[in-house]
Amino acid sequence: MSMTQTATAYVRLVNRRIGWLMAMAGLLFIAIVADILVGPAFLNVLDVLVALFAPDLSTDPTTKVIVHSIRLPMTLMAIIVGASLGVAGVQMQTILGNPLASPYTLGFSAAAGFGAAVTILFGWQLPLVPQLTVPVAAFLAAAAACAIVYGVARLRGVTSEIMILAGIAALFLFQSLQSLVQYLAAPEVLQEIVFWLFGSMLKANWFTVWVSGSILIACVAFLVGDVWKLTALRLGDERAQSLGVDVRRLRKKTFIIVSLLTAGAVAFVGTIGFVGLVAPHVARMLVGEDQRILIPASGIMGAIIMVGASLASKLLSPGAVVPVGIVTALIGVPFLFALILGGKKRHW
Amino acid sequence: MLEISDLSVHYDAVTVLDKLAFSLQPGTFTALVGPNGTGKSSLLKAIAGLVKATGNVRLNGSGSLVADDRLETIAYMPQDVGVSSSLTVLEVILLGRLRSLGMRIPDKMHDDAGKALARFSLEALQARTLAEISGGQRQMVYLAQSLFRDPSVLLLDEPTAALDIRHQLVVLDQVARHCKANSTIGFSAMHDLSLAARFSDRMIFLSEGEIVADGPPVDVLDSRLLRDTYGVEAEIVRSSNGTLHITPIKAIGPPRM
Repeated sequence: MSMTQTATAYVRLVNRRIGWLMAMAGLLFIAIVADILVGPAFLNVLDVLVALFAPDLSTDPTTKVIVHSIRLPMTLMAIIVGASLGVAGVQMQTILGNPLASPYTLGFSAAAGFGAAVTILFGWQLPLVPQLTVPVAAFLAAAAACAIVYGVARLRGVTSEIMILAGIAALFLFQSLQSLVQYLAAPEVLQEIVFWLFGSMLKANWFTVWVSGSILIACVAFLVGDVWKLTALRLGDERAQSLGVDVRRLRKKTFIIVSLLTAGAVAFVGTIGFVGLVAPHVARMLVGEDQRILIPASGIMGAIIMVGASLASKLLSPGAVVPVGIVTALIGVPFLFALILGGKKRHW
Repeated sequence: MLEISDLSVHYDAVTVLDKLAFSLQPGTFTALVGPNGTGKSSLLKAIAGLVKATGNVRLNGSGSLVADDRLETIAYMPQDVGVSSSLTVLEVILLGRLRSLGMRIPDKMHDDAGKALARFSLEALQARTLAEISGGQRQMVYLAQSLFRDPSVLLLDEPTAALDIRHQLVVLDQVARHCKANSTIGFSAMHDLSLAARFSDRMIFLSEGEIVADGPPVDVLDSRLLRDTYGVEAEIVRSSNGTLHITPIKAIGPPRM
């Protein structure tokens, strides 16, 4: 059967978007290799590639150890954190119908920061696994913020306006609490808190990769079944509902997924801003609103920004490694401006 | 046949619709008319299962339809032309069959979506985003989406509100034809009485949440009904080809019903 012109044109459009997705994946790959190459010890490209893809053939044990035990977990963590924040951001913008929404908007990150800060202040330790105390506290605080926002929203119908209002209130609440903890802390404790609040990949290891990576994969798996419903939400609540979407249920489910993704991303490495806001916009400009392509695109874009920021943080001050949380905006803003100024279409 | 019985809608303490009962036949297009705020939109949404309502909605002798059945068989097109977004026109059409979309879209569905656009001569807009087209064009895109769903019951809320006079005619002609050709039950809230009289098989007048007149346009439309429901003096003329023309002349105090 020959297709109508309209149908052919649409298939071409989808293929072009998949092409963008491939190009982004290629760029991510280059960034990953570069990120592993750069660091205090000088490694050459060939040795790194061999250590990565054919470790059995690797002749240089030092390179192998540096790549596998130090740099690879940091780079993988950057990918996972960036992808989690990218996916969380795009869904936050979708369910709240607001281009300014990000995992930051509803106070999840601020709450995670507070949870970490208060734990460091009082020197709390979990039995058996003391090294997990801070991540667990950060995760629980983010979950508490989620429960507060959702609880308030439930009382007045789960609309995007109410959720944004409740979320911004939660954001200010946890920021104030975080400041209070910092004010009360002794100077050396304060330094430790501040170091945690600047997100840094130096806290990454294979365990954090495993935990955060599993959360990311599980959350994305839950989103896959709803790709078209989430796309339909961009027509407005009433229209989505008339097309058969249970808008409240979808918003609730996605909201929980977003809070999990955010908490999973920031609990180990500390608060990282901007990726969750900018990655979805860049992805949307390149591939449109079709969530089948937008979800992976936003995740890959988040990973590119995060790995790029990690690379930049090492290049800025060789040997010292500036916390990556400080440079994400430095990398992301020029990228976003270039796309806004270069594009002709309206994207929101 | 769509049978509605005992249908009531309350918003808090206010009764918007009070125990309505009527039925609609397949292959017909019925216009729902009446003054602002008499519950036309509420009635359509109650049938679609989108607002809390009491009473029964039965399709072809079934039991009372639960919300999920209604989403499957009833397409409701809201009045507002929606939020602006960067979804493309063809994507909006495809979303009409949301429940059958998967990770891969079969060629047949692409094709049907293209044909749905062609019915309203919208092919040229297919790659544009909703943000880039006008309110009237959006209304036609949403209408094409509703027809693409191919529902048993098609509920439209002011489908011509944003359209120019030519497109009002094109759209209503397409809708009325679609209903006849596919044995669809068409039910549309409308403000323009002349258009309603011309394209509908039947008119239902709603006033203060109750049905005050119901029947073929030529039988129900008279100046007394318009005076009582709308509070206007109007001239009703039957042209040589049998169509009715309603010309409102002046407002004469509040409606009497």
